Amino acid sequence: MPFRLRPAAGPTPSTRLDVTPVFDLLQSSIMQRALIAALLVGLCAPAVGTFIVQRRLALLGDGIGHVALTGVALGFLTGTAPVLTAVVVAVLGAVAIELVRERGRTGGDVALALLFYGGIAGGVLLIGLSETGSNATLMSYLFGSISSVTQEDLWVIGALTVAVLGIVVVFGRELFVLCQDEEVAKASGLPVRFLSLLIAVTAALTVVVAMRVVGLLLVSALMVVPVAAGQQLTRGFRATLLIAMVFGVVATVGGLTYTAYVDVAPGAAIVLLALAGFAVSLGVGTLVRRSRTRESSP
Amino acid sequence: MQLSFISRVVSGQADTAPPAGVAAASLAPAVFAMTGGQVTLEGRQVLRGVDVTIRPGEVVAVLGPNGSGKSTLVRTLLGLVPLSGGRTELYGTPPARFREWWRIGYVPQRLSVGGGVPSTVREVVASGRIARQRRLRPSTAADRDAVNRALEAVGLTDRAGDSVHSLSGGQQQRVLIARALAGEPDTFVMDEPTAGVDAGSQRLLADTLTTLVAEGRTVVLVAHELGPLEALVRRAVVIRDGLVAHDGPPPAAVGAHALPGHDHVHPHGFTPECGPLSWESGPAGQPGAAS
Repeated sequence: MPFRLRPAAGPTPSTRLDVTPVFDLLQSSIMQRALIAALLVGLCAPAVGTFIVQRRLALLGDGIGHVALTGVALGFLTGTAPVLTAVVVAVLGAVAIELVRERGRTGGDVALALLFYGGIAGGVLLIGLSETGSNATLMSYLFGSISSVTQEDLWVIGALTVAVLGIVVVFGRELFVLCQDEEVAKASGLPVRFLSLLIAVTAALTVVVAMRVVGLLLVSALMVVPVAAGQQLTRGFRATLLIAMVFGVVATVGGLTYTAYVDVAPGAAIVLLALAGFAVSLGVGTLVRRSRTRESSP
Repeated sequence: MQLSFISRVVSGQADTAPPAGVAAASLAPAVFAMTGGQVTLEGRQVLRGVDVTIRPGEVVAVLGPNGSGKSTLVRTLLGLVPLSGGRTELYGTPPARFREWWRIGYVPQRLSVGGGVPSTVREVVASGRIARQRRLRPSTAADRDAVNRALEAVGLTDRAGDSVHSLSGGQQQRVLIARALAGEPDTFVMDEPTAGVDAGSQRLLADTLTTLVAEGRTVVLVAHELGPLEALVRRAVVIRDGLVAHDGPPPAAVGAHALPGHDHVHPHGFTPECGPLSWESGPAGQPGAAS
């Protein structure tokens, strides 16, 4: 059961609200690690996602996720930790994607598509060649396996989170200008190529961080959906970024907690919860805007 | 090349605007100095040997019909488009090695401001300070003052907290101008600041530019036609088919001059100091031939 998460000694589900499982859950070290991982991913992915959506590269995370699968498979094949090989390959893939994008629009999307398919196919092929890998391990990376997060994984995820949030804090102002208008960034003397690569690499790190929680196929959802939800409720960039991070944490921690009671894959629960958040904020945002226009035009 | 040379001779620019090398040696360096500038974009030669020197304090309009290369010219002057031939300098330095970007305020031609995420008017305007800010240093009182002044200059103070997406096209153009103003640069480069902008915003732009010119700032603006900015502009560089067709005082009727196929006859005889030049054909461009 690589991607299922149940309390160690779960009581039979009942309709009556029973809080004991929550304490059981918090005492289980598996659940503790899973919750910490979920929290970190919930913070990280929407923060990077805000810049990526601003740059109109919403599907960048998907592309990197596809490429990262080859990295995971390489880890199994060579007996290295899959998280580390995934970081290396995802970063290389992100740099390649950025260079293709920079070269010009024509044919760029096809080149990217080729890279994505190559990533998935390469991953499946290499997993097949490795002795330790199997379809089950493949599934656990494609759809997440938060219950198998080890102490070591947690250190890697923690370090990557610090790196990602640090980059957002230190370079946020410059990245805002870059994602807003690349030519203006250049005419302001910003190191445009460095910043473009920085954002691609940050996205790659985020993909690897989120891989264990929601899986490579749903990574991009955590980078995009909380941002889409946040921007329904705000008028500014900074506010969108912060609200998206709140949405992200609520979705990851909430989705994970839900799967402790109901036997479903955490990745799917997290993403569906984020989508529900988007639907609610869309409704609220529409209502607020409508009442505002009514106020301003009596 | 030949046309641009002749036009400079005819309009008297040859005497007042020496080549860039000489210019750099005398007094303050030119803001922009391009010699023999050639640009090729996707196999098409957009600029075919342009010589332009713009000195501090000048107000220059770059005019020309659509597709003439006028927008490419200013973007090349800023180093945003690579040269395929010739050279260009920003304050005496090639764009790739230029470091004093706070001296430049660029207003790009955009249909709308912002990307996929909403940004407030203040956020966009404040980003114009970036060339004056250091990494890891928080915004200062000077930054906030400059942003407030810029918002006030374009009349958007009361909209500062609104999303730029909620503004009209003319108001969004004002946001872009305010972003450049906020950086307090020496030189403004504006690409079609009047295109698709309502009359009110055009007048406001003219007022803003009047202030800037009075302060001695350099202004280079690309325009299809000048409209309310006509009174401000002292010098016009007319681009046609990737060459400088005219460089001197603005032609009397810019719109008509810019039209292809316009058969120009000097109504006031041959006066090289202020007369616009016909750029229809080689012989017509020579002194005396047109009048």
